[in-house]
Amino acid sequence: MQSPETVPPDEPRHGAGAPAPVGPPPRRSSGRAWEWTLAALLLLPNLVLLIVFTYRPLLDNIRLSFTDWNISSPIANPVGLANYIEWFGRDDTRVVVRNTVVFTVATVGISMALGLGLALLLDQRLRGRNLVRSVVFAPFVISGAAIGIAFQFVFDPQFGLVRDLLTRVGVTSPDFYQQSGWALFMVTVTYIWKNLGYTFVIYLAALQGRRADLDEAAEIDGASAWARFRRVLMPQLRPTTFFLSITVLLSSVQVFDIINVMTRGGPAGNGTATLVYQVYQETFVNQRAGYGATVATIMFVILLAVTVVQVRFMDKGQRS
Amino acid sequence: MSTPAIVGTLDDETTTTPRSRRRRRDDAHGAEAGTHHRGPVWTVLGYAGMVLVVLLVAVPLFWILITSFKERGDIYVRPAQWWPEPATGENYHELTTRIPFFDYVRNSVIITSATSVAKIVLGVLSAYALSLLRFPGRGVVFLVVIAALMVPNQITVISNYALVAQLGWRNTFQGIIIPLAGVAFGTFLMRNQFLNLPGEIIEAARLDGAGPMKLLWRVVLPMSWPTLVAFALITVVNEWNEYLWPFLMSDDETTAPLPVGLTFLQNNDGVTNWGPVMAGTVLAMLPILVLFLFLQRQMIKGLTAGAVKS
Repeated sequence: MQSPETVPPDEPRHGAGAPAPVGPPPRRSSGRAWEWTLAALLLLPNLVLLIVFTYRPLLDNIRLSFTDWNISSPIANPVGLANYIEWFGRDDTRVVVRNTVVFTVATVGISMALGLGLALLLDQRLRGRNLVRSVVFAPFVISGAAIGIAFQFVFDPQFGLVRDLLTRVGVTSPDFYQQSGWALFMVTVTYIWKNLGYTFVIYLAALQGRRADLDEAAEIDGASAWARFRRVLMPQLRPTTFFLSITVLLSSVQVFDIINVMTRGGPAGNGTATLVYQVYQETFVNQRAGYGATVATIMFVILLAVTVVQVRFMDKGQRS
Repeated sequence: MSTPAIVGTLDDETTTTPRSRRRRRDDAHGAEAGTHHRGPVWTVLGYAGMVLVVLLVAVPLFWILITSFKERGDIYVRPAQWWPEPATGENYHELTTRIPFFDYVRNSVIITSATSVAKIVLGVLSAYALSLLRFPGRGVVFLVVIAALMVPNQITVISNYALVAQLGWRNTFQGIIIPLAGVAFGTFLMRNQFLNLPGEIIEAARLDGAGPMKLLWRVVLPMSWPTLVAFALITVVNEWNEYLWPFLMSDDETTAPLPVGLTFLQNNDGVTNWGPVMAGTVLAMLPILVLFLFLQRQMIKGLTAGAVKS
């Protein structure tokens, strides 16, 4: 990529000085000294890696968000809140936030609903269900970049699969490359196609571990299928639903590969750009690493807040 | 719950418990009018749903596959050809001669194996220390490890990019591998596994005088084999598919793994010459799909193990 010689901002980087989890000197129970030392040895490499490449950059990113760093210069000037003020005032912010919300809500909602539906279907005793289960799950293991590239051709507005099928039923194909709304649709569909297998498999595992006797009891009591689904099955699946709502949300918000290969955030500059893509574009394409770090920090704060709300919501639901 | 939760399989063999349970239910109610039980209509709808799902997954893959065998002119026709006529290997030939395709494959193999080995070793060692060794601050250290799961990659890339560039490690394997090697999820997974091992066996081995490393190697790991395999498999799949970090780190075929190489290819040929691009995606998908075909059960176990528990 650009800028072969990148010199980072002033401040020397430490972080490797990870506090070793070695306890107090072996005074009281001297027989345990070796155990502490061994634990420290076993944990240290992993802890150092996590501290240097996860926690240090997390903090450094926040610091960078208050600078005008351009990723290739040795100097990063503090600019206070300027980047944040700029972000909140810019026109493209609204587009990017809207794209992120639409993409995330659609992918999380649809893949969870479809995943549950498929899990219910393939939990039935139907012939060949093992094969279908494998087929549903298979796309999840394929590289997102490969799927994105392949689906770019599937959606090719001139010679793609979707156009061909639509033409056969007499419908004019939208231009998935040039129309922002349809481009976002294309990216969303591709993401769901790839990741549906995950929600499906998790729900299926949960269904296989549920208590059938509760359902039986409700059935004997004459509860309708819908009532049993609402009142018996869904409460049992609640922990799974909660787990999925967090993990699927986190991975949806972070999607980069599919958007990068399919649209580069376009058309029209930011037709399919999400917050994550904006971080990449501002930092590495526009060379505005300080601004990119600002977007990344805002995104992190939003994710944290959403997760906290989800956990709260879950707690409440469990108590009632 | 008296029956163990059956977790993580797409296969019926291990799901006998729920099946027999359901059969009991069928026996109990099958004779009744069964208004909301599965009638023939539902069965037909069920099979229709299955066919629909298979088509939705398979048709795009079929489309990509046939395109990779079409002559260039046949890709750009309307209506589309649904069978390559004549079929040609030209796209594959072009892919492997005009483009350093095998370099990308080699890089993918190097990056995937090195990162996976590092993650598996570090994950097992960390999990062992966090589950079977006693030391002060164990809970805090565990929190530090798993809280890393909450930090999105995208917030770390800018600063990590700067650090790696400063070390002169851009476009090198160590620059790609080392920042990816820390392991949070695997530590969590293996720790759960180790904590669930029967305590008596561990104690017995300790009383027999097994040292901690011998205990790990001879007792703990052999009993944890399925979880370890699951952990290894999802790690390999994840690393093989890793995109953002190598995309930022690699400039060319000296280090770029397959997904990044495909992006280079797409940049050059893309919309104008789909044939070799589709051949490349087919070859990129194939190894992981073959792996999946044989080891899907273990792979799914790794994914579901953490999810369904609580």
